[in-house]
Amino acid sequence: MLMAHDDTKGIGKVIFSSSLGTLIEWYDFYIFGMLAKTIASQFFPEGNETTALLSTLAIFAAGFLVRPFGALFFGRLGDLVGRKYTFLLTLVLMGGSTFLIGLVPSYKSIGLAAPLLVLFLRLVQGLALGGEYGGAATYVAEHAPTHRRGYFTAWIQTTATLGLFVALGVIMLVKNNMSDASFTAEWGGWRYPFWLSILLVGVSIYIRLKMNESPVFAKLKVDKKTSTNPLKESFGNKANFKMVLLALFGAVMGQGVIWYTGQFYAQSFLENTVKIEFIQNREILLWAIGLATPFFLFFGWLSDKIGRKWIMLTGMLLGVLFYRPIFGEMLRSADAKEWMKDKVILKIDNKKTKTIVEKLNADDSLSFITKTENTFEYKEMSFIEKRIDTSIFVGEFVRNNAPIPLIIDNEGNTFIKYNSKPNYSDVILSSQLKIKFIFLIWIMIIFVTMVYGPVAAFLVELFPAKIRYTSMSLPYHIGNGVFGGLVPFIATLLSTTFTSDPLVGLWYPIGVAALCFVIGALYLSNKIDKNIND
Amino acid sequence: MNQIKKITGFVWMIIAPIVIFFLISGAIQNIGNGNKDINKPIPWIIIITIFTPIAVGLMIFGWYCIKGEYDHQDDNQK
Repeated sequence: MLMAHDDTKGIGKVIFSSSLGTLIEWYDFYIFGMLAKTIASQFFPEGNETTALLSTLAIFAAGFLVRPFGALFFGRLGDLVGRKYTFLLTLVLMGGSTFLIGLVPSYKSIGLAAPLLVLFLRLVQGLALGGEYGGAATYVAEHAPTHRRGYFTAWIQTTATLGLFVALGVIMLVKNNMSDASFTAEWGGWRYPFWLSILLVGVSIYIRLKMNESPVFAKLKVDKKTSTNPLKESFGNKANFKMVLLALFGAVMGQGVIWYTGQFYAQSFLENTVKIEFIQNREILLWAIGLATPFFLFFGWLSDKIGRKWIMLTGMLLGVLFYRPIFGEMLRSADAKEWMKDKVILKIDNKKTKTIVEKLNADDSLSFITKTENTFEYKEMSFIEKRIDTSIFVGEFVRNNAPIPLIIDNEGNTFIKYNSKPNYSDVILSSQLKIKFIFLIWIMIIFVTMVYGPVAAFLVELFPAKIRYTSMSLPYHIGNGVFGGLVPFIATLLSTTFTSDPLVGLWYPIGVAALCFVIGALYLSNKIDKNIND
Repeated sequence: MNQIKKITGFVWMIIAPIVIFFLISGAIQNIGNGNKDINKPIPWIIIITIFTPIAVGLMIFGWYCIKGEYDHQDDNQK
């Protein structure tokens, strides 16, 4: 057991056992979100109001409601019985529920029991996630030497990003090795990432069981100084509660939106707004995450030298200043309509054209509704254009064998009237443009590493040892789960209300980060608390 | 600096009810107007339920600022 706080002997084992478990918990939590479409088709079929309701609950309740409750429940437990057994329990719950989701038969097989079981297991996942982080961060911090606390706890901070990396990698690996039909079948490949979890959790539990209790908590226990009512002492005691509020509004709220925007909103923006093709989108993210991850450790290390406050606040400020230029640049660089205007096209490949309606109107004109799919290829990118055209023809006509029925009027002129709504998708970028996109996403993940790298050490130092697990878990999960998790919802709300600006959704993370920056700059201290045993 | 901390406390207290007002008016305008998540009642109920205590927390934070609870914060965080 490590007792001396300038001693680094054995810290590697502490970090490895804590980080591995936390990484697996993030992996478990992410695969559900990443396979959401397949899960929806298996358990929450469309056209059924009850399953639609359960699906919405699974998405929103697990992220927003249950995580803060998990923070309170397991935080209290961690301050009462110890860090080690509490974050061991969260790992068992998370891994077990993930594995079981992979075993639930589909809606077709067992009806409403399927979505109910999945909803229940997803809520258990949310609860467990709420309890894991505070335990792991506290456990590592309480082992770490004072002058390297930021650096060592930054390893825990890498797990949220590496969990995403592993989840993306496993899903892509499975998906690339089978057909779409095999992947999405009832007992198909989409279940493998869930089953893999039990193996990962088994290894992690084995490692964690061999670890000792945190030296700080063990000493509190020996001295009989542990809290008897951590919830009351955390939130009923004004001196501590005001620090909980400061942690939330001056640090974690901004950190949550910066993290979510850089890592998750960027991915959905590339997929849904820029329309980057599925695999390339994930490749871009994987490269950006992989190249940015060492910076968690760098900023954790730097925070030991110059303090935590200004590194975190600088990350927020950079997000406030550069989100719109960065997202705007991505949108402009791959805007299919702009490319069609002024770039030299290499190839157009007509994949299919199909007349779906042909009718003679009352005024003797003839209407065609035609579906067309073309692949446009430029030097720097290619994309698919899908369009539904309505053509109305008046007067004498003859038809030829052209893909779109070609009409020649009495004077011998072709006459086609379009009412087209082109839809662009599956944008594939050239290597050069792909590198540019990786760089832009990388910059945003650097902002994430600035706010997220030092935050565990910052939170640990803010609260006294006997109520640390409870006090730091709640603001962390409100900041990340609620403020961060709301980014896509509020972005959709804003873009539905203000339709002219495709980047309007960014005003939410920009606004929250700006508010947090001002509060943090005014009220936070940059001093590092050397003694976390009190 | 302490004076600025106290004055800005009023701002934090005002922001909290404004946020709740916008959430409730957003819910009224959007529920039932389409098929997206923002058009379903459940997300709004969950979000307003969880955001109301957070907004109350922001008001309390503002009140503490006005009362000078965060003055001399540089001396010690805890």
